[in-house]
Amino acid sequence: MLSLIPLLPFAGFLVNATLGRRLPKGVSGGVASLAMLASFAVAAAAVRRLAGLDPGAFAISETFYSWIASGDIAIDLAFRLDTLSAVMVLVITGIGSLIHVYSIAYMHEEPDAAFARYFSYLNLFAAFMLVLVLGSSFPVMFVGWEGVGLCSYLLIGFWFTKKSASDAGRKAFVVNRVGDYAFVLGMLLLLAHVGTLDFQAVARAVAPQAPETGFGALSIVTLLLFIGATGKSAQIPLHTWLPDAMEGPTPVSALIHATTMVTAGVYMIGRNAVLFSHTPDVLVIVAVVGAATALFAGTIGLVQTDIKRVLAYSTVSQLGYMFLAMGVGAFGAGIFHLYTHAFFKALLFLGSGAVIHALGGEQDIRRMGGLRRELPITYWTFVVGALAIAGVPGLAGFFSKDAILFETFARGHVVLWIVGALTSLLTAAYMFRLVFLTFHGTRLRQGSGEAASAAPRDVDAHAHGGGHARDHGGHLHDAPPAMALALLLLALGSVAAGYVGVPHALGGGNRLHSWLEPAFTASTATVADHETADDAADDHGGGHGADATRLELNLMGVSSALALFGIGMAAWFWLGRRDRAAAIAERAGPVYRLLLNKYYVDQIYDAAIVRPLVALSQVGLWRGLDVRLIDGAVNGVGTTVSAAATTLRRIQSGSVRTYAGFVLAGVILVLGYYPVIEPIVRSMASVFAWPMGR
Amino acid sequence: MISPSFNAIVPMLCATAGALVVMLAESWRARGERMPLGVLGGIALSAAGIALALLWDQQASSFGVIVADNFGIFVSLVVVVAGLVSIAFSSQVLDRDGIPRGEYYALLLFAIVGMMMMATANDLLVVFIGLEVMSVAVYVLTGIRRDDPRGVEGAFKYFLLGAFASAFLLYGVAFTFGLTGTTRLDGIGQFLAARSMSSSPMVLLAMGLLLVGFAFKISAVPFHMWTPDAYEGAPAVVTGFMSTGVKAAAFAAFTRVFLSAFEPFSADWAPLVWYLAIATMVLGTVVGVAQHNLKRMLAYSSIAHGGYLLVGLVAANQVGKEAILFYLAAYAVTNLAAFGAIALLGTADRANDTLQDYRGLWQSRPMVAGVLTVALLSLGGLPPTAGFIGKWYIFSAAVSAGYYGLAIAGVLTSVISVFFYLRVVVMMYMTEPAGTIAPPVVSRAALATLAVTAAIILYLGVLPTALLDLAAASIDTIF
Repeated sequence: MLSLIPLLPFAGFLVNATLGRRLPKGVSGGVASLAMLASFAVAAAAVRRLAGLDPGAFAISETFYSWIASGDIAIDLAFRLDTLSAVMVLVITGIGSLIHVYSIAYMHEEPDAAFARYFSYLNLFAAFMLVLVLGSSFPVMFVGWEGVGLCSYLLIGFWFTKKSASDAGRKAFVVNRVGDYAFVLGMLLLLAHVGTLDFQAVARAVAPQAPETGFGALSIVTLLLFIGATGKSAQIPLHTWLPDAMEGPTPVSALIHATTMVTAGVYMIGRNAVLFSHTPDVLVIVAVVGAATALFAGTIGLVQTDIKRVLAYSTVSQLGYMFLAMGVGAFGAGIFHLYTHAFFKALLFLGSGAVIHALGGEQDIRRMGGLRRELPITYWTFVVGALAIAGVPGLAGFFSKDAILFETFARGHVVLWIVGALTSLLTAAYMFRLVFLTFHGTRLRQGSGEAASAAPRDVDAHAHGGGHARDHGGHLHDAPPAMALALLLLALGSVAAGYVGVPHALGGGNRLHSWLEPAFTASTATVADHETADDAADDHGGGHGADATRLELNLMGVSSALALFGIGMAAWFWLGRRDRAAAIAERAGPVYRLLLNKYYVDQIYDAAIVRPLVALSQVGLWRGLDVRLIDGAVNGVGTTVSAAATTLRRIQSGSVRTYAGFVLAGVILVLGYYPVIEPIVRSMASVFAWPMGR
Repeated sequence: MISPSFNAIVPMLCATAGALVVMLAESWRARGERMPLGVLGGIALSAAGIALALLWDQQASSFGVIVADNFGIFVSLVVVVAGLVSIAFSSQVLDRDGIPRGEYYALLLFAIVGMMMMATANDLLVVFIGLEVMSVAVYVLTGIRRDDPRGVEGAFKYFLLGAFASAFLLYGVAFTFGLTGTTRLDGIGQFLAARSMSSSPMVLLAMGLLLVGFAFKISAVPFHMWTPDAYEGAPAVVTGFMSTGVKAAAFAAFTRVFLSAFEPFSADWAPLVWYLAIATMVLGTVVGVAQHNLKRMLAYSSIAHGGYLLVGLVAANQVGKEAILFYLAAYAVTNLAAFGAIALLGTADRANDTLQDYRGLWQSRPMVAGVLTVALLSLGGLPPTAGFIGKWYIFSAAVSAGYYGLAIAGVLTSVISVFFYLRVVVMMYMTEPAGTIAPPVVSRAALATLAVTAAIILYLGVLPTALLDLAAASIDTIF
């Protein structure tokens, strides 16, 4: 049954990839959406079955066959639905279905072939994402990991006629390669160190050991895996691709670059909670990187002027929260936030898509305003999403954010808690800045507010490839039914989703936490005597004596106050008199410019890494190594001179002699290795401990 | 010692007979008459394939110098499959490019004979003869389009440098003979194992010279310089054939000589091969990134893949040896698919092998684009393709043997290499067709073959165990 969950969207992909260009839009969009809905239904049934199981064996496994088995390697192609992957599967198929439906309306102006291509990529993405979360071992997860990456690049560059879109796709690809490199090395080292790559087996193998202090082999493994996670989940220093990824169609941003794929890194750490718990030093790094990213991206989000970029930085920031939770060992809280975030961030993105759709491709919030009367559904649902992400009590984001901040504080990470609390203030402020600038005031306020002091950015106002322009002055259309339906359902989710995790302090049972619990421990009795970090924390924070309850309530009060303060701040600056914001921006000029330019990270990477590499490639590196790049003459050859003469000329021009010289040099190196090179290497090795392996 | 059995050379005899029949048929052909030479070649190769399958597990040996053990049969089968796939692509291409059919098929079959000889040789001199039979045929195939300056140039360079490298190999054989008094691999192994003569300059010299000869044929850096020119200049079907067949045969001989005869000295040659592997992986990848011609890019890719195979040779543990065989097979199918697609996209007046020629291919030729995508992803080592499993095996062999440096370099280069493979994919899917070039006519048979290769690539990625078991069984017979 589990295999059906990814196979259904895969079947949808096959239909659209092979027949798509001949199908009318209704059919190709319908097939894709139905595939997702069917997958959701199967997933829901599977989770129901899971919930009915005996808590001792709280997982459904499906082993198809032995995938890679030889020598000391044995990897099954197997899926495993446990409580953690159940949450992920429901989020992916549920929210994925809504986004598919939404896309039918959003993409309706694309030509048939492009429409089918879009849905085939989207379905393929969903299939790979489901493999990622259902895989019971690293290699199976890696199939999904690489697959979603591939679909993501294709979808970022979907409107490839726009140069910024194809550049963004390439950037996402290159940055992710860095992460993937670390991830693969981490897997290989783990295999060498533990002898297995099955998640359960790794957990069982690691659980009896004492946590590793210092940086031993296990820490290097988890550090490498974490670097892989920072690539996929856009954390410092590999965060730069995600904001650019907004060049893709908005539903893609909602599905891939906000709710599902980018959470893969968080999921991977949760999946290996036992392993990561055994490398506390690496967990500290995870927490610090997460907190730093949360704050860093939050500050950038405060000044961006592209509606989707604000949301993108908000995503980076919220992912930072999740990593903070993982890093302090509050795996349940991190996954809780992943789950609530999926609702409100999908809602916000789809809402921004409705705005962009209505305005014919406009994405600059300085040129928006006053839309609340013309787009009521979009407005109200967007406000719900903004309240939820800001952490206003009663909505989904409140409960999950509170869980993270409380756990962080309760486990003694006061500094990280301060960073987190500050970020929640920022979150409320930049979200409501977005709300006020987009939906309040009056439209087309160019030249006023911060636009006056903003450095001109080349915002490409035609996300729809130019085919979608509407009359800006005329009546605007609110979201069409398919889009409105998705918005309303997600708004409902943004309100209600948090109630599965109401903390004990508020009289709830925190059902999600206890539901997820088994997924974060090695699932056999052999670990009963060992207390993982998570268990320890439960005694610490989850025991809920009077003190803990009081602490949690106090912290809750603080973060709620911060959220409301942030909203008030946004209202002060951007609701009434926007010249206040301009004045602040003026006065804090350097800081403002620093934030507007995203701390110049792109420029620094460009200057420090990209340019030197390009220069190297153009000047030196392969000039001497490839004949076609030496003279570059091949294209003109043969038109004027006869073939034989050309050949002779080229031979006489020395390339054969050069080649023979290389061979000879190689021979000298090979034969000179023993008397000359090896002794040198050996003496160097004794000095530097040359890492040549065995 | 001399065993009277001819069984072990039956596959080679089949292919040789096929080549002779093709030659005779060509010479008796009336002007303008078309003969099904490709079918003849296909029959000969199928017969060779059946003979190989029958020899499995038989340990047949002819005259002591040809040993059809499972290892040799495995590689021979890879070569035969490469030949069959190439023949399936050839018919259309030969007519289009005006390549003389008789010569082409005869040379292809002779090259395969040489390759099978290299894969099953148990004697250094037979290795050398096989190598020359193969090489001479391939030199000519490279330049078979005599009116194409690039082809002639590539063939000429390949031939000159190949002769140069063969001389080193032959010197290596001579020194080995001088040292041990035999050219039989088992004899050399026994001799060397019996006497402890490590770090004797004579052994090192002999090994070094043999290493150079093999390194040239597998395009290891710095002996790779001929590769881009030859691969770019040859017709794409020939490139597909030689990038898989030559590499497989040369690697088989390399592996057999160094892991059986010179096994006692692995501590001496492994560090050298370690450097070759690193240099080959890095240079193949880094220079590949700068290429704009697809055949040239795949030439560098092929160099890099030779480097990965060398990693398996250095690791030389059970997993590593299996990995070499699996990798050879996976790489062969993948490269055949890639070069097949390139070959079929050419037209009479244009090779259509630059990156720009692949603009919007998904819209004009979805099927070819799909197969090429699968092949490129497999070359890049992305799951779930054959290339992923192959790389996975190679690198885990390196890690488990303790060669972390090789694994780090290998993963890094394969991660970078995806960049240039994906550039083609992006070109095919994310650009509009140029529209000026008439889409080539691709025959149904060729399309079907392409589809089969793509299916095999995915099959080996999803269900690799059958082939892995075969590889394991092949390893057991000799090492």
